[in-house]
Amino acid sequence: MAVLVIADHTNAAIGDGTAKTIAAAAKLSPDIDVLVAGENAQGAADAAAKLTGVRKVLLAESPALGHLLAEAVTDCVVALAGGYDAILIPATSAGKNYAPRIAAKLDVNQITDIIEVVSGDTFVRPIYAGNALETVQSSDAKKVITVRTTAFQPVAEGGSAPIEKADAGAAGAHEAKWVSDEVVKSDRPELAGAKIVVSGGRAMGSAEEFQKVIDPLADKLGAAVGASRAAVDAGYAPNDYQVGQTGKVVAPQLYVAIGISGAIQHLAGMKDSKIIVAINKDADAPIFAVADYGLVADYKTAVPELMDALTAAGK
Amino acid sequence: MKVLVPVKRVIDYNVKVRVKPDQTGVDLANVKMSMNPFDEIAVEEAVRLKEKGIATEVVVVSIGVQQAQETIRTALAIGADRGILIVSDVDAEPLAVAKLLKAVIAEESPNLVIMGKQSIDGDNNAVGQMLAALLDWPQATFASKLDVTGDKASVTREIDGGLQTLEVDLPAIVTADLRLNEPRYASLPNIMKAKKKEIAMKTTADYGVDVASSLKVLKVTEPPKRGGGIKVESAAELVTKLKEAGAL
Repeated sequence: MAVLVIADHTNAAIGDGTAKTIAAAAKLSPDIDVLVAGENAQGAADAAAKLTGVRKVLLAESPALGHLLAEAVTDCVVALAGGYDAILIPATSAGKNYAPRIAAKLDVNQITDIIEVVSGDTFVRPIYAGNALETVQSSDAKKVITVRTTAFQPVAEGGSAPIEKADAGAAGAHEAKWVSDEVVKSDRPELAGAKIVVSGGRAMGSAEEFQKVIDPLADKLGAAVGASRAAVDAGYAPNDYQVGQTGKVVAPQLYVAIGISGAIQHLAGMKDSKIIVAINKDADAPIFAVADYGLVADYKTAVPELMDALTAAGK
Repeated sequence: MKVLVPVKRVIDYNVKVRVKPDQTGVDLANVKMSMNPFDEIAVEEAVRLKEKGIATEVVVVSIGVQQAQETIRTALAIGADRGILIVSDVDAEPLAVAKLLKAVIAEESPNLVIMGKQSIDGDNNAVGQMLAALLDWPQATFASKLDVTGDKASVTREIDGGLQTLEVDLPAIVTADLRLNEPRYASLPNIMKAKKKEIAMKTTADYGVDVASSLKVLKVTEPPKRGGGIKVESAAELVTKLKEAGAL
């Protein structure tokens, strides 16, 4: 059985979700093709071709694909689906948008957000914000699967797969039209794939304080910045910083939670981090139940001390 | 313009979920149930469209057990006009739900469907996109802003790294993200008024949709627990520990 992985990409480059999804695909089949559906996406296709285990890269290009519009991506994937027994898609916000549309067009259920491949038809996936794990068996002949990328180690580079052109499909009449993207440019690593994440909570009290406290610490550690839903709801941080059930799920090597109490919904988004550090002045905060290292202190004094200690340690 | 809002009855978001010892699912007995929070946002948005004079009727539909009538009443109290309950004791998978909703849409002919992006039990985030696929309608998911003008809608949606704005021709499917609005608390007079609003009772057979799933749940288990950590006394000790653990 052959497997198609839909690359997560920015046209110029691929996201690390692609390499992680290939790792999940490799548990199903040795015959893995990667589709890069975009516009001026040769850069992304070249990067995908270097990943270990890829048989070939399919490159489909059109303006609608360049914006990853669900209708266009679905048409492109459904046209290719005949040659594959499973289609794996990284569960990024773009993937979550088009994967169910692809599944419904193929008249199959989506197997959502898998964290483990048990066998060719059986998978483990989190439900109830990760408070329970469901083992599901699919009887669909063709499987459409989204992959929780934090659960898989990325495959390495080292391959040199051929790149073939694929049909992008025609623009349909019933298609959303792209108007604009407003993407915040940042030199920091991307939150979902960062090795270190520093997150701030409602204790920050204002957007200015959030930036004053969290940003320098993140920059010192080379970390991405995250936030609790409470901080986002209060307007201290933008929504794409949100870590949790209703935001992003992260699993970095090191997660530093500053002034975050640890609501169930936040823990769902970060409890699979390798090492968790919590700084909170409330010793009873639930975040300490999952933290490997807890410091009971006011962040106002603890964060500057932490900055000094990091400097002293050569950071 | 008619707006259809599908809603789901789920375990209240504040309740700590417990897995049944026999691993057949999570324990729903004597647990507080509420409307899925994202669906509440969808209902609020539809009612606001009505208050602005853009929508003329807001119809809510739910698929679930008899008690899901309460969930529909909650939506009616927020300001929806009438409800439809498709009674099903099976917790239908997203594809079956989308097929049922497609059949409802064939009868109701709404111009716009607004629904939550995801239910907080199954966490599939799939029904809206599937419904759009089955109808061949445009989709605008994870909406944080919705403007309807004539037969078009402009939708700002949450994407990785920022926001995207799309324009869709109606009819279309819009799925609600958290920041679309803050749902109101229903007032007592509106709760009383909601009791008199109509809820049509249907069955899955009325729509000719088979809710049997191609996905079989083999077991439901607790996630692995994290071991307890340690408390450190100072930032300096924290850095030392992190260096020892190889985290820095």
